[in-house]
Amino acid sequence: MATAVLPPQQRTNYLNAEHGVKSWLLTVDHKRIAILYMLSITFFFFIGGIYALLIRLELLTPAGDLVQADTYNRLFTGHGIVMVFFFLIPVVPAILGNFLVPLMIGAKDLAFPRINLLSWYLYVIAGALMLHVIITGGVDTGWTFYTPYSTAFASPKVIEAGLAAFINGFSSIFTGLNFIVTIHRMRAPGMTWSRLPLFIWAHYATSLVMVLGTPVIAITLVLLVLERVFHLGIFDPKLGGDPLLFQHLFWFYSHPAVYIMILPSMGIISELIACFSRKRIFGFNFVALSSVAIAVLGFLVWAHHMFVAGMSVYAALIFSFLTFFIGVPSAIKVFNWTATMYKGSVTYETPMLYAFGFLGLFTIGGLTGLFLATLGVDIHVTDTYFVVAHFHYVMVGGVVMAYLGGLHFWWPKITGRMYPESMGKLAALIGFVGFNLTFFPQFILGYVGMPRRYYQYPPEFQVLNVLSTAGATILGIGYLFPLVYLLWSLRYGEVAGDNPWNAAGLEWKTSSPPPTFNFDVDPVVDFEAYNYDELKEIPVER
Amino acid sequence: MGNTPFWPESASNWAQGVDALYIFLVLVSVVMCVLIFGAVAFLSVKFRRKPGVQPTAIEGSHFLEITWSVLPMFFFFAFFLGGALIFFHERTPPQDASEIYVVAKQWMWKMEHPEGPREINTLHVPLGKDVKLIMTSMDVIHSFYVPAFRIKQDVLPGRYTIMWFRATQPGTYHLFCAEYCGTQHSGMIGSIIVQPEAEYQTWLNGGSSSVPLAQTGEKAFAELGCASCHRSDTQGRGPLLAGIYGRPVALEDGRSVMVDENYLRESILDPGAKVVAGFRPVMPTFQGIISEEQLAALVAYVKSLTPSSGQAAGAAPAKAEKGPPQMKSGRSR
Ligand code: HEC
Ligand SMILES: [Cu+2]
Ligand SMILES: [Cu+2]
Repeated sequence: MATAVLPPQQRTNYLNAEHGVKSWLLTVDHKRIAILYMLSITFFFFIGGIYALLIRLELLTPAGDLVQADTYNRLFTGHGIVMVFFFLIPVVPAILGNFLVPLMIGAKDLAFPRINLLSWYLYVIAGALMLHVIITGGVDTGWTFYTPYSTAFASPKVIEAGLAAFINGFSSIFTGLNFIVTIHRMRAPGMTWSRLPLFIWAHYATSLVMVLGTPVIAITLVLLVLERVFHLGIFDPKLGGDPLLFQHLFWFYSHPAVYIMILPSMGIISELIACFSRKRIFGFNFVALSSVAIAVLGFLVWAHHMFVAGMSVYAALIFSFLTFFIGVPSAIKVFNWTATMYKGSVTYETPMLYAFGFLGLFTIGGLTGLFLATLGVDIHVTDTYFVVAHFHYVMVGGVVMAYLGGLHFWWPKITGRMYPESMGKLAALIGFVGFNLTFFPQFILGYVGMPRRYYQYPPEFQVLNVLSTAGATILGIGYLFPLVYLLWSLRYGEVAGDNPWNAAGLEWKTSSPPPTFNFDVDPVVDFEAYNYDELKEIPVER
Repeated sequence: MGNTPFWPESASNWAQGVDALYIFLVLVSVVMCVLIFGAVAFLSVKFRRKPGVQPTAIEGSHFLEITWSVLPMFFFFAFFLGGALIFFHERTPPQDASEIYVVAKQWMWKMEHPEGPREINTLHVPLGKDVKLIMTSMDVIHSFYVPAFRIKQDVLPGRYTIMWFRATQPGTYHLFCAEYCGTQHSGMIGSIIVQPEAEYQTWLNGGSSSVPLAQTGEKAFAELGCASCHRSDTQGRGPLLAGIYGRPVALEDGRSVMVDENYLRESILDPGAKVVAGFRPVMPTFQGIISEEQLAALVAYVKSLTPSSGQAAGAAPAKAEKGPPQMKSGRSR
């Protein structure tokens, strides 16, 4: 990019407006809070990643040899809790959402800037508690905390871990609340609902799920702790409780939580595909409303996690039936994204490569979800590696691909610098290959019958496990690599300019990095979302 | 590690149906992947940026969007039906299946055959015969999983869960615990040995002195004093138990419930929970007094009582024919 602009240092922006640690820790600027989140969430991503690496190393051989059985159980529990609660759930909304929601709708900040900062502090407190649990021995319940194992058998650390997830839940509720109010009340003049970018629609739907679903897991965790401490007899049959009640409550949140993770990522993909095809998203309304449909339907299918748990036959039939319907809005999105490229002007920058990666992995993740919704097949593959593969395709293949795509896309906006393009492409490729090598063999492993959460396994499963571990190594490189060159780019990256992609959307109409209050002149919106036909074509140069 | 299976062995009546449905799903998925990935590749190359070519603004197409929203639903419906049929069948065990009690605990499986033999972490089953497992756990949730049979069922503390199958291939197959249950979860494994009928009979008879489960139950019934209230002459303080299994029973609060294994279990451990119409809740609880094994024996015994077989009273089993015993007024038929 040879756009001549002042170097970022010479203009006042949110990064250099104030200096010192205090100016960061007490900031109420949504963009700075996004950066705080980025640092802390990235930290937890690598903690979760180390867990994953140790798990894959242990599974390299059939015998349990690297660590003790109890240690292994703590590893996969730690991996699950850290990755789900401290990475996947907050990663897109708390980092990119925080940064972009006000910018995209033309607002100066979120509706409640102090609550936004409070959200981050809650996240940090919860995270510190979780770290304390990790350092002092860890929990071994699995991230699902199933009773009566968690209430009567597991190590007492489960109370602390539950508390960490509980506090973290409030961080999520506050973020959701903030987004909902902001999107309702703070849109710039002319920014009607139908002009809202799909990223905003996705975050709006996500926020609804956060606000409505998270209290249920909070209550469930409180009940769990009460039962553990006071032997209340809610979940433990020995005390007159019902262990399935716990599962119902847990999944009532944790299924929708899947959409808290994936919906914002879908929002990113819409932005990326529109920009790099230089077109409005095909069937904008369908894609926008499908986010809302997913958020609503997501609350009606939780018991598909419990088909072998001892539920009534008829309940299982109904939940199976409903689960298929949630496939429809996701399918619509995939088809519409693909169709967006038709008669477009497609280029293959790093963010677009990540979007392609997302389409591939999310499609496979979604299709294998149908296997699990199919009762007869689910009975065989549930609680095996098939499920592990399925949700990693959706969560890691979906969320991480989208997050990295979005991070590269908005990196120039966030930092004012470009990342090195060729390295970006290489990392996207390595990540995609590594991912498939890690998780595809697990589908086969699952159908052949290897149960999940096994620390040792019959020798005939070894070949597929070795492949998976090899893939995980490559995947690890694919994730470490961006960390290195993105840090490098902070100092040595090309200066980006306000709109390096010539992208539509309000966030590109302010400087990079934006000033503290986002826009020097209050924006007025007199154009539709993704008005790429009105933007000048940029010359082919990459 | 020499032989790496890419497909599980098939050894039960479920395997074929589940495999067929799975292959159908795989085929549809492969076609979908080819279509979607093909379209992504084709469109992204065909419409790559070319100097001087401007993109065309397209709003969308209701026809296309409705088509690709509705079309998948037909497939979804087919998947649902296929899966539901298998599942429904899996959840309706045949009446005459031979019933094996399974008690799970951290970290082992105990099996009790109706004929008496007990096994740990191994289960012998006859080839081609319907087998029903009545399972419970003494501690946490476990899950009984036999990949070669394509079936699994969680095993819960405090209640019975049921599964059934018919083995179709002689051999030895993996039994896994599929629900995470603590330290030795991955060590809670065993084998299912499928034998042709004759071989199975030899195995049954070869076991050490084994008393049939129902007979063990009969003894316990007398020793625990059940017989003093549940008398065969209908004069006791408790209802007659002969023939109640598999029939609905009217309760004091006006409801009516089906007498199955879980009902019998609850009646013994928590008699106050469902009181039979026409009786006072005087039965003491046996929670904490009897073991899971004794409970299984008692349940097996009560189930074995048919109206014509009469009912044990006291230590001396009353085997004499007494004619069809009259039913207490509260019993619905
Ligand atoms: C003190 C007398 C008494 C003793 C001892 C007793 N029961 Fe009962 N039992 C009753 C009464 C009264 C009922 C009916 C009221 C109720 O459902 O609680 C009953 C109900 C039952 C039922 C449900 C019957 C139905 O028709 O639905 C079963 C099964 C049963 N008892 C089994 C046993 C067994 C097994 C034992 C021994 C371990 C036992 N009982 C000991 C009095 C007794
Ligand atoms: Cu779910
Ligand atoms: Cu177990």
